[in-house]
Amino acid sequence: MRQRHGVDARHKAGHDGFQNDAGRGPAALTFPPGPAVAHQRTQHMLEIKNLHARIGDNEILKGLTLTVPTGEVHAIMGPNGSGKSTLSYVLSGKPDYEVTEGTATFNGQDILSLAPEERAAAGVFLAFQYPIEIPGVANMQFLRAAMNAQKKARGEEEISTPDFLKLVRAKAPDLGITQDMLRRGVNVGFSGGEKKRNEILQMALLEPKLCILDETDSGLDIDALKVVAQGVNALRAPDRAMLVITHYQRLLDHIVPDVVHVMHKGRIVRSGGAELALELEESGYAAYGQDAA
Amino acid sequence: MNIPVRPARTPAEDAIAATLQARLAVAAGQGDLDGRLGELSADALEAFRAHGLPNRRVEEWKYTDLRAAVRDFPPLAGSPGTAAEAEAASQALDVPHAARLLFVSGALARGASDFAGLPAGVSALPLDAAKAAHDPLVDRIGSLQPDRYDGALALNTGFLGEGLVMKVDAGTRAAKPVHLAYVFPAEEAVAGFTRTVVVVGDGAELTLVESFTGREGVAYQANHAMELVVGDGATVNLVRLQEEGAAALHLGTLMVELGRAAKLNVFSLVQGAALSRHSVYGRFQGTGTNLGVRGATLLKGRQHADTTMFIDHAVAGCESRELFKTVLSDEAHGVFQGKIVVRRDAQKTDGRMMSQSLLLSDGAEMDNKPELEIFADDVQCGHGATVGTLDDKMLFYLRSRGLPLKEAERLLIQAFVGEAVEFVEDEALREILIARMVAWLEKRAA
Repeated sequence: MRQRHGVDARHKAGHDGFQNDAGRGPAALTFPPGPAVAHQRTQHMLEIKNLHARIGDNEILKGLTLTVPTGEVHAIMGPNGSGKSTLSYVLSGKPDYEVTEGTATFNGQDILSLAPEERAAAGVFLAFQYPIEIPGVANMQFLRAAMNAQKKARGEEEISTPDFLKLVRAKAPDLGITQDMLRRGVNVGFSGGEKKRNEILQMALLEPKLCILDETDSGLDIDALKVVAQGVNALRAPDRAMLVITHYQRLLDHIVPDVVHVMHKGRIVRSGGAELALELEESGYAAYGQDAA
Repeated sequence: MNIPVRPARTPAEDAIAATLQARLAVAAGQGDLDGRLGELSADALEAFRAHGLPNRRVEEWKYTDLRAAVRDFPPLAGSPGTAAEAEAASQALDVPHAARLLFVSGALARGASDFAGLPAGVSALPLDAAKAAHDPLVDRIGSLQPDRYDGALALNTGFLGEGLVMKVDAGTRAAKPVHLAYVFPAEEAVAGFTRTVVVVGDGAELTLVESFTGREGVAYQANHAMELVVGDGATVNLVRLQEEGAAALHLGTLMVELGRAAKLNVFSLVQGAALSRHSVYGRFQGTGTNLGVRGATLLKGRQHADTTMFIDHAVAGCESRELFKTVLSDEAHGVFQGKIVVRRDAQKTDGRMMSQSLLLSDGAEMDNKPELEIFADDVQCGHGATVGTLDDKMLFYLRSRGLPLKEAERLLIQAFVGEAVEFVEDEALREILIARMVAWLEKRAA
């Protein structure tokens, strides 16, 4: 990935009338986001400034600015094509994306220059919208290899086989992960819900500091959604932050966020409390369908 | 089919023909050329004089041009001394649960071979002893040779002398595997030829291991051929591990004949030699047989490995399965050629052939040539060939969980070849094969 940092960093936010508008509704948006109290209280785990990213010739993130303090759960909502998934990929280091401008720091460290595995070892975790099937690599083998790779990168001792088995046995049943699913190839033959639960199991085992959940609710029925949400809620902690990306408000009934951001055309265009999600459920994204400028 | 053009003979071809002629002259002087084997060797010399080394003008050798690749012919290996035998024994692959018979630079090392440890019902004799004893198994030599001229096999037949005959009594279930270990330990380049006949009696069961190793950096030339007869209702598992030194030439030929309701399961792991060719000729003689030929090839540098199969469904109701996995890095070159012929009477034939390859670098090359010739009208046959690279999505998924790129690649490659290795039924052998592949992958990742 080619990256340029701080080159021609025009802070576009505010150029098109999104900032500090106390009014409500799509024509008058609030920026910058978040309850001010939270910012004073905690360190910023994730700080994204004016992030521009493209895939091929197509610019998808167009000056995104976002701050997630440690211990908070932030939701990002937005219509299809607003760049939500791209944000999750750029943060986790998917090679197809090129960052052309802006910065992203994780606990003060520039993460955009790190390889995906280095970001993982630092504590960034992406729960995929579409988890990848890997035939021939047993789920169990994969989980252990991932844990040990991260431990090794951090200079920690590798986990022993008995300790690993104990850990998996302690965490898998709550997520409805069966022995068979652990023996099978990674995600191979898993239903949509099983794949998502397997993502949460990985999250529970790897204990990341920043969890990015990309449309974890997509393709889940209400029961599966509850299981997944319980798994996520169990991981909420004062030293952990979460970025929950979703198209629908439904997931946020179960994972109640501290802050909700609305993303549109590659930028955060509005931020508010959990009630913002409910409002969006009422009004929909139609208001964002036109160019807000 | 082939264009009858005879280019000038190369120095290597001259050297081979001269060596072979001199050898046959000596044999003639000793009265050894009389009888069928003598005729076979003399015929092979004639054929070699006419055709020379196989080259790209010969359809079956289009991708593996021996005439271009073989620049010289090293001297034939003499009898190994005790020291060489001991060294070879220490270099040979260790299969702890098997009875091992050792070949050193193409010569059977009697003292270092565990004839006494052969499982009950399995007997083996050095080829010369078998000849002297007029063992009927000797008559099997040449009986499975293909009609079509095969240059590598012709040389093996021409230089016929070292080898062994083995028999498994009908109904015997061999209690442990038999391991034929072929080692080239010498620092000087030599040429060695072995010919083996294995006859497995009706209803018998045998697991056979062949391992091919040699000194790193020495341009020795190994040429091994086996004729394997699997009797009615017999089951044979054959595992080959070709890990010759990276400067070596390896030519291997397996000829098999399967009786009624016989079962043969071949697995071949290829990681060694500068240039190697493994030819498999399979013939079904009875109905209800089951032939599986599978393999994994892992190459790096400028290695070249060719697997060529000719499966002849001569009778009805037989099943064949071929699955080959090839992993190529650097400028390595892999070749897979598989021909399945289903003759007119071979109704209800079920044949599936698949070659899958992974190219790990831009400089690697894979050539696939699957062929089906079907003359019967009620058969199921399929073939497929894929050439690809590691899946970027899978790699990113693994890396996003903390696995470094090289380790992620290693896991995916291991999974790729694992699909073929899992058909090896003997668990201890499967573990040995996996360990060898992991060693290759770790070396690559380092």
